[in-house]
Amino acid sequence: MTLTEKILARGAGRSQVTAGENVWVNADILLTHDVCGPGSIGVFKREFGEQAKVWDPKKIVIIPDHYIFTADRLSNRNVDILREFAKEQQLPYFYDVIDDPQGSWKFDVGRGQLKRQYGSRYQGVCHAALPRLGHARPGEILFGTDSHTCMAGAFGEFASGIGNTDAGFILGTGKLLVKIPETMRFYLEGELPPGVMAKDVILWVIGDIGFDGATYRAMQWEGPGASSLGMDDRMTITNMAIEAGAKNGVFPADQKTFAYVDERTGLNGTQRDYQPVELDKDQDFVFDKVYDLSTLEPTVAMHPNPGNRALAKELEKVSLDRAYIGSCTGGKTSDFVAFAEVVRGKKVRIETYGVPATSDVVEELKNTKWEDQSVWEVLVDAGVMMTENASCAACLGGPSDTFGRLNAPLTCISATNRNFPGRMGSKESKVYLASPYTVAASALTGHVTDPREFLS
Amino acid sequence: MAKRLTSSIFVVSDNIDTDQIIPAHFLTLVPTIPDEYEKLGSHAMAGLPDELYPTSFIPENQMKTAYRIIVAGKNFGCGSSREHAPIALGAAGVEAVIAESYARIFFRNSVATGELYPYESAQRLIDRCKTGDTATIDFDSDTLELNGEVFPLKPMGDVRPVVEAGGLFNYARKTGMIPG
Repeated sequence: MTLTEKILARGAGRSQVTAGENVWVNADILLTHDVCGPGSIGVFKREFGEQAKVWDPKKIVIIPDHYIFTADRLSNRNVDILREFAKEQQLPYFYDVIDDPQGSWKFDVGRGQLKRQYGSRYQGVCHAALPRLGHARPGEILFGTDSHTCMAGAFGEFASGIGNTDAGFILGTGKLLVKIPETMRFYLEGELPPGVMAKDVILWVIGDIGFDGATYRAMQWEGPGASSLGMDDRMTITNMAIEAGAKNGVFPADQKTFAYVDERTGLNGTQRDYQPVELDKDQDFVFDKVYDLSTLEPTVAMHPNPGNRALAKELEKVSLDRAYIGSCTGGKTSDFVAFAEVVRGKKVRIETYGVPATSDVVEELKNTKWEDQSVWEVLVDAGVMMTENASCAACLGGPSDTFGRLNAPLTCISATNRNFPGRMGSKESKVYLASPYTVAASALTGHVTDPREFLS
Repeated sequence: MAKRLTSSIFVVSDNIDTDQIIPAHFLTLVPTIPDEYEKLGSHAMAGLPDELYPTSFIPENQMKTAYRIIVAGKNFGCGSSREHAPIALGAAGVEAVIAESYARIFFRNSVATGELYPYESAQRLIDRCKTGDTATIDFDSDTLELNGEVFPLKPMGDVRPVVEAGGLFNYARKTGMIPG
């Protein structure tokens, strides 16, 4: 069996499953946030009753992250709905925006977008925060009310996005009916050359198979090239499985995975034991292809979809109005450090927005020193508008006052994961997806730019 | 549900993603709150580019669409997992979508909510019709009558009774999977 089949078989209490079968599995974790949490809670209460209790409070993780730093009344209210539910159900893993459990959330416009407006428990983008908080463990089954839930497959688990109704069902029963997906294998050899990042790997592959090329399927990453990648890189790759239509993406768990998971589960008091699944000798793949990482180049997905591939060096004529770095895919500490390597000591030529994925990333960037400057200061000195308010922000548009939102028909290069029409705001805007290196080099020149010329 | 559904149709191209079906800034609306459910419906398809789709899916200042059937190309509903997408269509009055193929989560959410029938067509239809044409779905024979021709639709199989029951919970109760 493939990794996905083995994990789902275990979750179904079966010794064997076959692609195409429908099986009931037990969820290890249900993840939700401010956009889909209130609706999922609504389904739960409608169907199981106002007095109903969730199936297991320790297995529910609620991380508000989407529309937080906005004056939009409904957005602020939705965070309050999550708080009420967490209180009522005594959920230990609700990472609130504010510290007062009796309070209500209101964004203070007067204090502006850049300065921190959250309490001590707030995290930021759920997919980046989830493993850092010790909720990702090899061999487990994670469902989340967000399509980028697949990111946690980097930790050797089955992780997949679901809707509110399925989430409401899980809240009450802990179970979900899933179809066992066929598996596509991407066997990576070699190592990434200078100037090329994990983002280039996934953009290259999606361009190869098409942005519906993995619909209903699992994307399994293997080989020495996969082992050579760090956890942040693996997360970037599994995050975008959905951009090829996949149900999930998964890496085998190895020593790097165990080191990360053991540290993080230890820090937050979450469950520490887990049972990874190992690669079988006999696996059935519906697609199997070898990719040599050393041959890859900086890659871009052009407007209007993530499979519309070109090389950065082929797009030098595309002039840009804006650059954006942030999101689950592209807002990790390693992403900002890569960006800072390129812009250090230089000035961006177009307006450039930086939104760290999590509050931890803000701290790490401020505490990482390059000679006498922090990485945060390097970015600010280069002209990047850095906000301390970690969130999804303009990756998916959001209310009109969202930091970095494309409120006009602008052309933007972005380290995020999705570029369908209107994704970042105005439906006349155009978004080019690229790695943090490529976004940084392009911010310096004002047109799409191969970053290798800035990295010698 | 009637065994036949006749309506004027709204025709869209390939790869209509969930941001085009319901733009992200409307996700502040919570679908289980009745008033907000209706509002979601009024914004259905608001993300379609105006130059490609000059005919509004929902007339200005109205809450519902006249098009109870959407005919689409490949990969309908790709992108986010937002259940608001099939819900917005259902709340606007859509009863069925006929697409060449679907993105996985949209398909599943359509079935789980019971908001609409996600039919797959056996062939590409969007080059053979235009918005405003009249079509009839015959649910017994799994066919679509359109502009004087009859096109086969792929039977929905196991998911059809779930939509007919009104979604996952109703179906689960009806079949004894969860207590009534």
